[in-house]
This record gives sequence, structure tokens and C-alpha cells, in this order.
Amino acid sequence: MIEPFLLRALAAGVGLAIIAAPLGAVLVWNRMAYFGETVAQASLVGVALGLLLNLDVTVSVIVTTLAVAALLIVLGRQKLVPLDAILGLTHHGTLALGVIATTLLAGPSVDLMGYLFGDVFAVTDSDLWLIYGGGAVVLAVMAWLWQPLLRVAVHEELASAEGVPSRWVRAGFIIVLALTIAIAMKIVGVLLAIAFLIVPIVAARPFASTPEGLVVTAGIVGAASVALGLTLSANADAPGGPSIVLCMALIAGLSLAISARR
Amino acid sequence: MTGASPAEAEDHAHAHYARHQHDHESCGCGHDHGPKKEFDTSALISARGLTMMRGDRIVLDHVDVDIHPREIVTLIGPNGSGKTTLVRALLGLEDMTGGEISRMEDLRIGYVPQRFDIDRTLPMTVSRFLSLGHKAPRENLRALLAEVGAERCSNQQLSEISGGELQRVLLARALAAKPDLLVLDEPVRGVDYTGEADLYALIGQLRDQRGIGVLLVSHDLHVVMAASDRVLCLNRHICCSGVPETVAQHPEYMRLFGVEAARAFGVYRHHHDHAHGLDGRELPVPTSASPAETL
Repeated sequence: MIEPFLLRALAAGVGLAIIAAPLGAVLVWNRMAYFGETVAQASLVGVALGLLLNLDVTVSVIVTTLAVAALLIVLGRQKLVPLDAILGLTHHGTLALGVIATTLLAGPSVDLMGYLFGDVFAVTDSDLWLIYGGGAVVLAVMAWLWQPLLRVAVHEELASAEGVPSRWVRAGFIIVLALTIAIAMKIVGVLLAIAFLIVPIVAARPFASTPEGLVVTAGIVGAASVALGLTLSANADAPGGPSIVLCMALIAGLSLAISARR
Repeated sequence: MTGASPAEAEDHAHAHYARHQHDHESCGCGHDHGPKKEFDTSALISARGLTMMRGDRIVLDHVDVDIHPREIVTLIGPNGSGKTTLVRALLGLEDMTGGEISRMEDLRIGYVPQRFDIDRTLPMTVSRFLSLGHKAPRENLRALLAEVGAERCSNQQLSEISGGELQRVLLARALAAKPDLLVLDEPVRGVDYTGEADLYALIGQLRDQRGIGVLLVSHDLHVVMAASDRVLCLNRHICCSGVPETVAQHPEYMRLFGVEAARAFGVYRHHHDHAHGLDGRELPVPTSASPAETL
């Protein structure tokens, strides 16, 4: 009854929603949304590099994301230019570079839209292995780092004074973030990957009173948005990734409106 | 501030740096100015010659600090005087350009940071915050909150309690680790005036009951000084130090904070019912430094 490609899309989207929830929470708590956005969009350069060096795109995306994250952390230490300006510069600069390099390297036939917005209906069985296998690794690392990540999010200096190795905790988080971006790219593309992480957290916030409650609620919001978005997409012939993100944004808007009225 | 103009203060600081030794010998403010390098072994934490450079700017210049058990030491100084850098160094969060710090074996430090702006998207109750990073039974948490007078916050969200309650909760968190030394950076931020006096009274009480050493950082002069056993006045170097009365009447202090501060200090003086450990540091106030003559 349900087409296999639709089932695969659903499985991929729900998997990503579950992986994304704890990462999105940490991104939002640390006010790193724009940082995440920047490294995600820079990952298009990784796609180009993968094509150039004939590497697996997932691997080259992870490596590029980590390199850009490291660069941003180093640039964030200088005091001449504010961090948001650096992020804006990197964000647009790398996106432009990525689009040009991908097009030049792969020719006009390259599915640029697929990289930018994802192609959830083209998810293959091996992609599902990546999503669930990689996702299990991401969740395991997040569970392991959860307490220190919470303490750093509450107050980084206090956590450091209490003996939490804040830098290593953050570094570990950024590594799993890079892996998550590589996974999300398959489904919603580099432009919408971070939305998948952040928007469900915004939607869930008014209904949570513990950090873990927030993560679980966000996971449910994400999964529901995937189901709704794919239905919308299948019926209206709209692109899959953007349909999912639009549903998330609508749920978030509704949630904020409800909480504002309370 | 009614003291020296910023330009003069800058000049003075440089001049002071240049004639370090001489100035110290003549300042008569009571602490040991010699090139002493040994750590104070009776102290919880003892720092010698702490120096911090940022580029070619001197942030801290050969600062010596000792904090003993049952002692409340207050660090005062104008903005940019290096207070926070010094605290971060004592906490082990900052790599110094020079100098050494000796800590008592197994020293546990409870820290109350200056800024605490938790993101509202992070839902967390006060009791969860107190048990973050260590498993604490509920009755312990309740006892801790009772000790700081914040029992009723226990189930409230951290982002929703008042400034005064937040300071007490942060204090409870610092006490949860059973510290030997409590370090509080500007503990009265966001606290109203009466709340401020209450908070200092509480800190004094904690010292008496738990026998801990306390390092307070403040740019608020009056109430905090009256609550202290010893005051360190910092402006990149230690300008003067001693019991509050000595420091309040010291010319360096008046230069930094203005004579008004020295006069106002008397108004808020609390009655102390205990003797101060002088450690051989305190000397009588030189007559030339008395407020009457300076005025």
C-alpha cells in the first residue's frame, strides 16, 4: 500500500528527528545555532572536495565540517571582529565556494538542489544504515557526555572551576555534530540541516520542565513533522525536505502562540 | 569617583611600577613588602608574585595572596583592576605569565561566579541544578537550601527565580561540594540593598558554622568591607591591604575610590564581636593617612 521509497523516507526522517533532538538542545542552550548553521553550510565545500578527490562524500563532509568548526573556534578568540560577523562571512563565503566548486567539478548535471535541500525520497538502504548506525554512535556519545554538556550549558566557567574539562566536552560535541550534519544532508540538505536540530527544540520548550523532557518532546515534534511533511509532499508534489521543515516551523509557531497566551 | 582623574591614575600606576620597592617600603600599609617568596603554609591557598600579561599590558603585577581558614578576605578594586583575572588564577582557570600558587592538600573550592545568565531554553529546576554532576539525596538538597534561606525555590525553574534567590542557590551549589574555601565573585549582583546586607550576614554565618575561608570580590565598598576580616585593594598590584579600617583610611584606597568612600565607610561599620587574626601583617595607620588630614 505504502510505496517502499516513502517508507524509507519516513524511516530516515524519523531516525534523524531522534538523533537531532539532543544535539539541537545543546546547540540552542549554548547559543550556537548560528555556529551550527555556518558549519553545516560550509559542508558543501566538503561535497566538492569529495568529488574532487573521489572520496566518499560522507567522510569528506565530516572532515570539512570539523575543519571549519576548528577554524571558527580559532577565529572566535580574536577580538577585532565580532564572532557573528566572522560566522556571516564564513557562512556565505563557504556556501558560494561550495556551489561554484561543486558545479565546476561535477558539471551542470550535478544535482545541486539535492545537496542544498536534500532528497529524502532518494534515500537508499545504505543511507538508512548510515542514519541508524551513525545515529547510534551519535546518541551513545551524547549519552556519555550528557551530564558534562549540561553543566557547561548551565555555566561554563562554573563547570570548569568544578573540574569539568569543558574544552574536551565541547570538542566531543562538535565531532558528533559534524557526523549529524553529514547524516542530515542526505535528508534535508546543507541549507536545512540545522533547522532540523533547532526548530523542534523551539517548539518543545514551552512544554518541558527538565532538559531530558525537552529532548524527548523535541524528538516527538520532529518525528511528527516528518510524517506530516512527507504526507504533504506526497500529496502536493512538494519537495520533501522543505515540506518537513515547514511543518516543524508551523508547529513551533503554534507552540509559541499557545505559550504566549498562557 | 572623586579620586584622581583616569590620566593621573594611569601615571601613578606607571610611576608606582617603576619605584616598586621604594614605594612599598614607605607605604606603611601593613603587609609584607619584601621580596618574600615562601608560601604561607598555614593558608588554604597562597599565591606569590602572580603576574599576568595580555600582550604588553600588565593585568596583574606581582600579586601575593593568602587566605586562611575561618578568614573572610575581600578583594576590592576598580573595574579593570584585575580582580576577575586574579580569581580565575586562584581557581586554576587561568595560566599565569609568572608567579606560583600553592594550595592546601585536597583543597576544595566552592565557587559562585559573577554572571549567571542561564538560557531560558534550558529548563532546569533549582534542585536539579544543585544535584548536577553529583548524586545528592533530596534531604541533603533541602538542608542546603535551608542553610542559605532558599528552601521555597527548590522546585522552581532557575530562569524564574529572583536575583537574590539565584545568588543563594549559587551559594548552595558551592556549598554542596563541602568546600574548604568559598570564592564569591560580586555576590550581590542583582540583589537589593537590604538583601545585600543579609547576604553578607549569611556569608559570615557560613564561615562561623563551617569554619571555611572566604574570598569575596566586590567593587561595592561599604557593607562588604565591614563584613571582612581583611581587605586587599587591587589595582593590578596590591595597593594596600589590612583590616577594613586600615584600608579605608589608606591614601591608596582614597586615591582609587575617593575620600567620600572612606568617609561613607564609617557609617556602615558593623560591630565586630570577634578579634582579627593579624598574622603580623597589620600596622597602625600612619597619621599622615588619616581621613581628617587628607580632607
